Amino acid sequence: MAKTRVAFFDFACCEGCQLQVANMGELLLDVLGAVELVEFREVMSERGGDYDVAVIEGSITTTHDVERIKAIRKKAKVLITYGSCATIGGINGMKNNFELGDIRKYVYGDKANYFDTIPTRPVHQVVPVDYVVNGCPVYLPEFVKVLKCALAGIPYKVPDYAVCVECKLNENECMYDKKITCLGPVTKAGCNSWCINHNNICYGCRGMVSNPAVNGAKDILEKYKIPLDWVENKMNMYNKPRELEGTEPDGKKHTS
Amino acid sequence: MARNIRVNVEYLTRVEGHGNIVVNVKDGKLEQCELDIIESPRFFEGMIRGRSIFEAQHITCRICGICSCGHTLASIQAAENAIGFKPSRQTQELRKLLLHMEELDSHILHIYLLVAPDLLGVKSFVPLISSHNEVVRRALRMKKMCNDICDILVGRHVHPISSIVGGFTKLPEEKDLDAILEILFKLQADMEPTIALAATLKFPEFERDTEYIALVNDGNEYPLLEGDIGSTDGLRVKKENYKGVTNEFIVPHSSAKHTRASRESYMVGALARFNLNYDKLHPKAQKVAEHIGMKPKVKNPYLNTAAQLVECVHCLEDAIRILKEFKETGIRQEEAVIVGLNEKGTIPVRAGRGVGAVEVPRGILFHDYEVDEKGKIVNANCIIPTGQNLNNIEHDMRKMVPEILEQSDEAITLRLEMLVRAYDPCISCSAHFLNVKFVNR
Repeated sequence: MAKTRVAFFDFACCEGCQLQVANMGELLLDVLGAVELVEFREVMSERGGDYDVAVIEGSITTTHDVERIKAIRKKAKVLITYGSCATIGGINGMKNNFELGDIRKYVYGDKANYFDTIPTRPVHQVVPVDYVVNGCPVYLPEFVKVLKCALAGIPYKVPDYAVCVECKLNENECMYDKKITCLGPVTKAGCNSWCINHNNICYGCRGMVSNPAVNGAKDILEKYKIPLDWVENKMNMYNKPRELEGTEPDGKKHTS
Repeated sequence: MARNIRVNVEYLTRVEGHGNIVVNVKDGKLEQCELDIIESPRFFEGMIRGRSIFEAQHITCRICGICSCGHTLASIQAAENAIGFKPSRQTQELRKLLLHMEELDSHILHIYLLVAPDLLGVKSFVPLISSHNEVVRRALRMKKMCNDICDILVGRHVHPISSIVGGFTKLPEEKDLDAILEILFKLQADMEPTIALAATLKFPEFERDTEYIALVNDGNEYPLLEGDIGSTDGLRVKKENYKGVTNEFIVPHSSAKHTRASRESYMVGALARFNLNYDKLHPKAQKVAEHIGMKPKVKNPYLNTAAQLVECVHCLEDAIRILKEFKETGIRQEEAVIVGLNEKGTIPVRAGRGVGAVEVPRGILFHDYEVDEKGKIVNANCIIPTGQNLNNIEHDMRKMVPEILEQSDEAITLRLEMLVRAYDPCISCSAHFLNVKFVNR
C-alpha cells in the first residue's frame, strides 16, 4: 500500500509547533516511517507535487495567505490545522485589538503601505478544516493522536469541557483560590492543564468551550471580586479573532 | 569573462521563516545581490501596547518558536530594568542554565539537521535517516535531551511556562536537579562523537573581514546573559544605548532595514562571540576550537557553524557547573514567585524604560520597553540578531560572487544558500522588525 503523502505548510506564526514536532526525538523517525513527507520547508529542501494530508500552522493575515490556503485546500484530501495561530488566530489576533492602519503605521511608519495585511483569522474561517490540534504550542501527545486518526480516517473529537477538569485531576490549587484570574474555566481541555501545573495561569490558547458555565464563572468573579474586564482582557490575547466568526475575509457571510 | 547569471532562490529552505536570495550578474558584472525577507509581518511591537509589562514575556516569546527562551530572557530583563526590579543570584543562575539549553538545542538543530546535509551532499536530513542513521538518531536524541531539561526547568522549551518577571513560578526540587544532571552527563557522552563528526566536515573557503559584535564584560564569565555591547573594532557601549550600535538604516536597493556600526556592516552570533570572548570559553571548548583549527579572529562566515559547536561544549560544561553548585547550595524554594499578583499591584512598578540585551543562539537580541506608572507598555522595540546580520550577509555575497563566477549556476546558488544558512537566520523573528521588499516577478 502506498504511504500517505503528508505536507507541512506555515503561515503567520513562530514555527514553534513545527519545532514541537521536531522535538519528538527518535519517535519522529517512527512517524516519518509511517508517512511520506513531501514538504516541510524548515527542515527539507525537497519539494514535491501532490499530497493527501496538508498540515497547516499559522494564521491567515494577508490576502496572499487567503489565496494560498484555498489552493492548498483544493489539493488536499484532508486538512489539519495545528497550533493556536491556525485554530483560533492566537497571539496574532492581538493585532485585531487595534485599528489596522494605526498598528501598521506604528510598526512600519511611512513604509506601512508595503505590507499586505488583513485582520487575523484562523484557517477554518477561510476554508473547511477536517482536524484541529489546539494549543500554543501544540501538546505533542495530542498531535500524535490526531495524526493517527487522520491517517486512519477516523474522527477525532477535541474535548469540549474546561481545562479545570484536567487541572483538578492534577490536584493543582485553584488559581481563583489564590485570587488570580485564570482562563481555565472557559478554555477547552486537552493540554493536561500544562501551564497551571507549572504554577502559571491558563491564557486560553486552546480556544473557548462551546458552552461555558457563564453563571458559575460570574459567581466566582463575584466571590473573589475580580472585575470582568480582567477576564476579557486576557481573552483578547488568544481569542480575539472569534469575533470574526461567520464572516469571510472579503466581508461576505460564510457559506460552508 | 562576460557572463550573465541570474539566481533567484524563492522560499529558501532549511532556515527559520521565509526568505529569497536574488543575485543578478550581467556581462560578468554584479548588478544585484540581495537577501529578501518575505515573511508576513505580525506587528508584535504594535499589538503589545497597552498590555501589562508582566505579560510582555508571554507575548514576545511567541515571536519565535526556536528562540522562545532567548526572547523570554531578553524580555524579562528589559521588563525588570523598566520597573526597577533586581533578580536574585539564584534566579540569574537558573536563567543562565535555561539560556545554555537554548543555545545547545538551537545549535544542535542547526549543525546536524540544517547544515550537515549540505556538507554531506544531500537535500535534507531525510535521506540521512538511511545513509547516516546513527547520526540522525544522535541529533534527535540530543535535541530531545535539551528539551527534557527545559521541561523540568520551565515546563517546556517552546514558550516556557514558569520563567516570568521576578523569577520562576516553580523551582526545581532536589530530585529535579538530579534528573537534569543525569541528562547533562548523557549529553556529554553524545558530545564526543558530535565533535568527531564536525571535525570531518569541510566548510567552504571564503574570508571577509568585518566587525564582530557581542556582549562583553570585565569578569571571567563568557557573557551570554549580562554585559555591555562590544566589538572587534573597539566599540564598547552600555546596552541602553544599543541604538547607537545598530544604527538602523534603509538602503536604496532593498526596503529591508539594515544595521551598521563602525564600518559597512557587522556580524553577530556564535562566531562574533567566539572572536570577542574566546579567552573566556571553558577550557574544553577551547580545546575543541584548537582541534578544528580555529583561532580568533576567524573571518570565514561558514565557520559560524563550527563556532556553534565550540559553544555547545562550553554551554554543556557550564551547565554542569551550575548544577553542581546548586547541588551544594540547594534551591531556595521560598524564592518562587506567584503569577498574576501584579493585577493588584503587589509588585511595585514605576514609569520608566528598560532594555534587555541577551546573547541568544543567533546573536545579540535587544528588547526595549517603556512603561507608564501603572506598568502598562507605552512603547516597545525589538532588534533581533538576524536583522543585524542581513547587511553583513549581503556584503559577503557581494565579495563572494565575483570570486566564484567560473562555477556553474547551481554551484553558485548552493554556495549562496549555504552562506545564508551558515548565519542560521531566523526570519520568523526578523520579519516583525524589518521592512519587506516584494520583488516584482
